[in-house]
Amino acid sequence: MLSRLKRDLTMADVARGPGGSRIDLLVVSTMVEPGSRVLDVGCGDGELLQLLETDKQIDGRGVEISQRGVNECVARGLSVIQGDADTDLGFYPDKGFDYAILSQTLQATWDPKTVLGHLVRIGKRAVVSFPNFGVWHVRLKLLVGGKMPVTDALDQSWYETPNVHLCTIDDFVDLCRVLNIEIEYAQVLDAAGRPKSLRAPGFFANLLGEQGLFVLKRAR
Amino acid sequence: MLDDLTDAERKALAQCRHAILGVDRPLRLDCGADLGPYRVAYQTYGMLNDAKSNAVLVCHPLTCDQFVADRHPVTGKEGWWESLIGPGKILDPERYFIICINVLGHCMGTTGPQAREPSTGQPWNLRFPVVTIGDMVRAQAALLDHLGIPDLFCVIGGSMGGMQVLEWAASYPKRVFSAVPIACAAHHSAQNIAFHEVGRQAIMADPDWRGGRYLLDGTNPRRGLAVARMGAHITYLSDAALHRKFGRKYQDRATPTFSFDADFQVESYLRHQGSSFVERFDANSYLYLTRAMDYFDLAADCGGVLANAFKDTPTRFCVISFTSDWLFPTPDSRATVHALNAGGARVSFAEIVTDKGHDAFLLDEPELFAIVRGFLDGAGKARGLNAAQPREAR
Repeated sequence: MLSRLKRDLTMADVARGPGGSRIDLLVVSTMVEPGSRVLDVGCGDGELLQLLETDKQIDGRGVEISQRGVNECVARGLSVIQGDADTDLGFYPDKGFDYAILSQTLQATWDPKTVLGHLVRIGKRAVVSFPNFGVWHVRLKLLVGGKMPVTDALDQSWYETPNVHLCTIDDFVDLCRVLNIEIEYAQVLDAAGRPKSLRAPGFFANLLGEQGLFVLKRAR
Repeated sequence: MLDDLTDAERKALAQCRHAILGVDRPLRLDCGADLGPYRVAYQTYGMLNDAKSNAVLVCHPLTCDQFVADRHPVTGKEGWWESLIGPGKILDPERYFIICINVLGHCMGTTGPQAREPSTGQPWNLRFPVVTIGDMVRAQAALLDHLGIPDLFCVIGGSMGGMQVLEWAASYPKRVFSAVPIACAAHHSAQNIAFHEVGRQAIMADPDWRGGRYLLDGTNPRRGLAVARMGAHITYLSDAALHRKFGRKYQDRATPTFSFDADFQVESYLRHQGSSFVERFDANSYLYLTRAMDYFDLAADCGGVLANAFKDTPTRFCVISFTSDWLFPTPDSRATVHALNAGGARVSFAEIVTDKGHDAFLLDEPELFAIVRGFLDGAGKARGLNAAQPREAR
C-alpha cells in the first residue's frame, strides 16, 4: 500500500522552467530584488546563486559544506566558502547582506534556532525553504506504516539521513514567534516546486504543502 | 653593483632578467632604513597583452625562487611550480603574462645580505636592514612600475608567497584583480616563530657562521644551514606522509648498526635535504627571510582588526588550505576568510583533503588544480580576459 503512495517524481527531475532552471529556485528568485547582496547558506553546486547572478544581477556569496559543491561553485566563477552553517554564520557582520537564503538546508543543521537567528541578523531579509514534515502523505505513512517516512523529498532512512531536525510548517511558524521573527511572506510549494494557491501559513498549507517558503525579517 | 656576485647569483642573473631600482628614490623599509639602489631579479613567461590586463604575479615561498617554470640555474632541477605553470597548464603563458620576482633579502639575484653595501663595497652581512613581507611587496610593486604594468590580473602564492599575496591585496587593492593565497596565514604563529628560531640558532651555532661575516672569512656555515633546513623540512610534511614514504625502513641495510649513522631512510632523506639545500641557499638570507615571516602580522598594521586590512576591497579572493598542514593549519585560513567576509570581500575558500602536509601546494594535487582553474576562469570572464589575445611576440 505504501509503495502506491510513492510519488513518481524525485528531486532530480524537479520541474524546470523555460530557462532550464529548477522551478523551486525560480520561485526563490522571485523573492529577491535585482542588484541586491545575497548570501546563500548551503548553496550546493551553486545553481541558485548562478541563477540570481544571471537573472537578478546580484552580488552573491555562498557557504557550502561539501568540498565537491565548493569546487563546482568556484569553477562556475561563484564566490563560495567551504563552511558549516552551524559554526560559521557567527562570523558574518549584522545586515551585511540584503538577503540571507537558506534553501532546503534548515532541517540538516544541528541548531536550527541559532541558524535562523543568524539569518535574520546577517540579512536584512531571510528567505528560508524546507520540506514540510506535516504534509498529509508523510503523516499517513507514519500513522499507517508506523515507520519513519521515506519520501522523494526525504529519500533516506532515519539512520543515514542528514536531516536531523525535520519540522512542519506550523512548527516553523512557532519558532519564528519564539525568535521574534516577522513573517513577511509565506508560500507553500508542490512536489515539483510550483507554488500552490493556499493561504499560508494555515491548516491547509501545513496539510497539503510539500515545501514551505518564507521571507522573514527581524521584528522591530 | 653587478660586480662581486656570488656564484649562485651569477648563474641566476645569466638566466633571468633584472632591474636596478631605487636609484633616485630609495625604498623606505619598515625598519626605517632607506635601501637604494637595489637589484630585483625576476623571471617572466608569456607576453603582456595590449590591454595590459593579463599579468599574473607568482609569489615564491621561502626556499624557492623566481625559476618557477624553467630549469634551475644552480640545481638543474625543473621549475618548482611546473605542475601549475606552462603550455596547456592552468597558468598558460599563451594566455597570461606570468612574472615571478626573487624577494628582497633572498640570494638568487635580488639584493640581500650577501650584496655589496654601496658605502663600503663589502658584503652587507648582518648590517643589511631587516626586511619585512611588506618591504618585499613594495619592491615588487616598484618593479611593476618600472615595467609599466599598472595592475595584476592575479597574485598567487603559497606559504611565504601566500603572505605576500595577502600583503599585496591589503596594500594595493586597486592593483590586484584577484588573489589566491594558499597554505598561509595573515600572521605568523608562535609555534612557527619558534621553529624559525631553532633554524636560526642552528646557523648561528655553526662556528663557520663567524657572526654573519663568513663571506669575508671565506667560510660557509653549511652544517648550521643544513640542520635548519632539516628541521624546517619536517614541518613542511606530515606524520602520515613521512610514514607512507619511509615508515621505519632502514637505509641500505637490513639491521641497525648500533651507531649514529643514518640507519633509517628518513634520516638519510633529511640529511640529503639539508646538504643539497646549502648548495643553493645563503645562510644569512635564511635568517632574514625567516625573520620577515616572523614579523608578518597584517592585523597589527590595522589596529588589531584583520577585517580592516580588506575593508571594501574590490579584489576577488580564493583562499586554499590543506587538511594535514600543521604549519599553516586550516583555522589560520578560516580566520583570513572570516576577516575578508567581514570586510565585504568577494571570497571563495576550500580546504583540500590531503595527507601531504604543508608542501601539498607544491605537489600534484588535482583538487588544488581544479579549484585554481575554476577560480581563474571565473575571474578571467569578469576581467574580459577571454577576449584579449596575447600580443604578437616581439
